[in-house]
Amino acid sequence: MGGLRVLCIAIVLIHSHTIGAFAADGPLRVEAQPLRSASEFLSPALRAEQADPIRNRGMLWVEQGERLFTQPPPGGAPSCATCHARAETSMRGVAARLPAVDAASGQLVNLEGRVNECRIVRQSLPPLDYETDELLALTAYLTALSNGEPLAVSIDGPASAFYAYGQQLWNERQGQLNVACTQCHDQSVGRKLRGDTISSAVPTGYPAYRLEWQTLGSLHRRLRACQLGVRAQLFELGSREYLALELYLKSRARRHPIDAPALRR
Amino acid sequence: MPATAQAGETIKIRTAIQHPMITGHTDAGPNVAPRKIIHTFAVAYLDAEVLRIDVAPGIAANPFFAFNLRARSSGDVVFTWIDDTGEVIVETRQLTVT
Ligand code: HEC
Ligand code: HEC
Repeated sequence: MGGLRVLCIAIVLIHSHTIGAFAADGPLRVEAQPLRSASEFLSPALRAEQADPIRNRGMLWVEQGERLFTQPPPGGAPSCATCHARAETSMRGVAARLPAVDAASGQLVNLEGRVNECRIVRQSLPPLDYETDELLALTAYLTALSNGEPLAVSIDGPASAFYAYGQQLWNERQGQLNVACTQCHDQSVGRKLRGDTISSAVPTGYPAYRLEWQTLGSLHRRLRACQLGVRAQLFELGSREYLALELYLKSRARRHPIDAPALRR
Repeated sequence: MPATAQAGETIKIRTAIQHPMITGHTDAGPNVAPRKIIHTFAVAYLDAEVLRIDVAPGIAANPFFAFNLRARSSGDVVFTWIDDTGEVIVETRQLTVT
């Protein structure tokens, strides 16, 4: 597996050297087309379901998240609301500017990371794993509180290196199929792939309820599904690779309003 | 569901519940996960059962049910979901009939 990857990278490098397609400042520059969200490609029935707070099953997690935020956790730790008061005001817009670089650690931290940081540091509780109902519920609730807020992540200063890494991953061919994110989500938007219509990978709907999953899932879980699709080596949920890709995707889709939880096939 | 209705009016009630509906076939490989589905959904209104559904394993996770109810007089509408582990989830909503 390791050998195969090295080989793939080598081919990409030779390729880029010969045709200059993978220049440092972004390869195969696509004409600036408007990004197209996957919501645009939903069937009218699914779109109606997404817009209906009772039929959009993701809203079940939003309600659970509100309960988790306001109720004190068992064991006597203060609730999230003890410190953050009314989430409708204190958390509005937060999801739109994450991930961001944490000044103390220098690390890129997304919403999942922020929630877990408060659990560890402020509540003395263990962190929640990705894809647990609790973490999905809290992140869905907090993200939905920013619905309508345009994505506004910073890619300046300390964030610029993470952005560059995310952009590199976006443009790098990977997996046994040897395909880069950009080849699908920039160059093949609107084309069909196994019953899906390829969108521009606008990350505003996550966590999203995916029918295939029969549950809510994080953006990182979706990225895993894409990597699986090209038979690539998967990164860990919450890894620096996915965090960098998350920053890249959110910067690329800046000014697109958050609209979560979305419904996906 | 609406909180108020006129006597004789037919109201639409829609419910959704968070439940994985594990059919027992979800695990790949030799391990079969024990089935854990909601097998019964029942609704009572004015202390009488008005709806009972035997739910089959083919129903998707987080099941959604919608149905109509004829409003007669003010009282509780009680929703009950029962799953294979014996867990019973009960939600009550008040309907005021004018
Ligand atoms: C004891 C007080 C306390 C508790 C309890 C607490 N937090 Fe925090 N939280 C803070 C403080 C203080 C900050 C600001 C930290 C910083 O800026 O470095 C913060 C920051 C955050 C942020 C980032 C906000 C931003 O503007 O970037 C999020 C999201 C958050 N908390 C969510 C939660 C959630 C969810 C819970 C419950 C699981 C929780 N917090 C519990 C004190 C608390
Ligand atoms: C072989 C084509 C292909 C490749 C390569 C690919 N994806 Fe995808 N991706 C899809 C398809 C198909 C979907 C589901 C339909 C859609 O929303 O585009 C999807 C969905 C997504 C979504 C969710 C969009 C939404 O709103 O639900 C994101 C984000 C995403 N991909 C990011 C990536 C990233 C990052 C990479 C590179 C690591 C990548 N994809 C590689 C085909 C691909």
